[in-house]
Amino acid sequence: MSVDGTDAAPPAPTTPRRRSRWAWLGRLWALSTGRFGLIVVAVVGITAIVARFWTPFDPQKVDIANRWALPGWPHLLGTDGSGRDILSLLMAGARTTVFVAIGAGLVATVIGISLAALGALTARWVRESVAVFVDILIAFPVLIIAMMISAVWGGSLWVVIWAVGIGFGVNIARVTRPELRRVLQSDFVLAGRASGLTPAQNLWRHLLPNVAPVFIVQLSWGMAVAVLAEAGLSYLGFGAPVTEPSWGLLLAQLQQFIGVHPLSVVWPGLAITITVLGLNLLGDALREATDPTLSRSPFATRRARLHIPEVVS
Amino acid sequence: MIRYTLTRFALLLLGLLVASVLIFLTLRVLPGDIAHLIAGVGSTPEQQDAIRERLGLDRPLPEQYLTWIGGLFRGDLGTSLLTGTSVVDELAQKAEVTVPLGILSLLIAVVISVPLGVLSAMRRGRASGTGLSVGAQTLAAVPVVWAGMMLVVVFAVWLGWLPAQGFPRSGWSDPWAALRALILPALTIGIVEGAMLLRFVRSATLQAVGQDFVRTAAAKGLTRDQALLRHGLPVVGLSVITVLGLQVAGIIVGAVVIEQLFSLPGIGRMLVADVAARDLPKVQGELLALTGFVLIVGFVVDLVHRVIDPRQREAS
Repeated sequence: MSVDGTDAAPPAPTTPRRRSRWAWLGRLWALSTGRFGLIVVAVVGITAIVARFWTPFDPQKVDIANRWALPGWPHLLGTDGSGRDILSLLMAGARTTVFVAIGAGLVATVIGISLAALGALTARWVRESVAVFVDILIAFPVLIIAMMISAVWGGSLWVVIWAVGIGFGVNIARVTRPELRRVLQSDFVLAGRASGLTPAQNLWRHLLPNVAPVFIVQLSWGMAVAVLAEAGLSYLGFGAPVTEPSWGLLLAQLQQFIGVHPLSVVWPGLAITITVLGLNLLGDALREATDPTLSRSPFATRRARLHIPEVVS
Repeated sequence: MIRYTLTRFALLLLGLLVASVLIFLTLRVLPGDIAHLIAGVGSTPEQQDAIRERLGLDRPLPEQYLTWIGGLFRGDLGTSLLTGTSVVDELAQKAEVTVPLGILSLLIAVVISVPLGVLSAMRRGRASGTGLSVGAQTLAAVPVVWAGMMLVVVFAVWLGWLPAQGFPRSGWSDPWAALRALILPALTIGIVEGAMLLRFVRSATLQAVGQDFVRTAAAKGLTRDQALLRHGLPVVGLSVITVLGLQVAGIIVGAVVIEQLFSLPGIGRMLVADVAARDLPKVQGELLALTGFVLIVGFVVDLVHRVIDPRQREAS
């Protein structure tokens, strides 16, 4: 995707669009779901950064004298069976969650965009076979992919990242491909081609910016899947190693004492649920705030884009 | 219709082919030396050679693949490395737990989501409709494991109505005890899957409200709700069928986690144990069985949808 160095200055027509380019952010904030999603994502992200440097207690510090402390001071959410501070464990777990969500998002982006571009822009027989291939891959649940990978390489956070990345990348490809085909028919793409842009330049400058809204919505939902998958796979023992702080791992560890200390299990579950809910709602709101086709034919596109989250954990 | 069936069947066969090749390649080629993996770190080259010969790993890859697929046609999915038992036999035995669990979960999901989804669409804009919608959105974000734990806390620990874990050793010879053991697991999967289905039903219903024939029925003198229930619901039912394949995949995935949580001796728990033990030939067979099942369900769902939806038939 090389752009020659001579055209560093932005072309003139983009200047009036500049103002509207960020307008969707305002629309996003105006939606209650969008605001909730943005706040949750910000809180989880900031927690992950803060936890990198500071947590109220050392999350792995064993303190037998204070085991199973109820929520109160100084252990705001209580302690677990070996006296570890649950709030600190949750904060440290946020780091793992953010790492997996971003990693899976990146893998899904690369796979999704590549497959969508292959499925939309190449010769007919290539793009038809890619489309069939994508349709087949979609039937593989993320968990099955994860098990295939961990049967070979053993469990780790990378298993989660690759499994969700592949699983959701295919999803992104399926949704983005028709959008790409649609944009491909536009006059401005034709104009771009006529004025001498190579296919790669055209893709980068005209096609991708125009499918970006659809793509970002999918990415937000994909990250929600990643958070759920991390929890589920870590719970099963295919995700985070025992030494890493992880919400799913915490659930598995607290589960053994669920009969005696049911309250402690509530916190990691709540953390996962709120994060996933935030990402899902952010995706919904992004779709509403950025959808350029909403005015065109709401009934035709709404159904095709209805988001059905996968069960992964 | 015949043409559609044949095309769709060809796609199914292609899907099975791609799935089997992917599973085979992932488990055989990527790890490097499978024999070394199985024999362990301190093993001698002779031990590894013996394993290679026993598994047929010394033969060329296409031959290995064809042997595996050939076995499939004789109903042989391979044998376990560790116990030497046939994978098909083990799957059939564990299916006694997983299949009833899956059916029960699907029933619960449909029974919860269809009426509530229609209701939440009809009450749109009112408090009850919004409440249902928010509730479903939240439940769809809950990790299945955690939902199961919360149900265990309430129904097993506090109320003591149902067992928290386990499946009767006698199996289905004591149907009541077996059913009791499956209620909480099925409820867990059913509620979480149902929450997702509810959102789908809601939007399908909202879409039906906008259809011409529902408006016509209302214009003839039915109330809006009557028109929707009599003329809109069949359309909603058809859209529910289209996502059934996805639901089945979701339930299988849910079962893997939930069988672990509730210590149920089903296919999911066996798969987790086999992956952890690196019983690769067995994992290979089990993964193919599961993905094959998901693909076949998708095929059947598409055909059924085609048969009962008149609009689809006209289109062809």
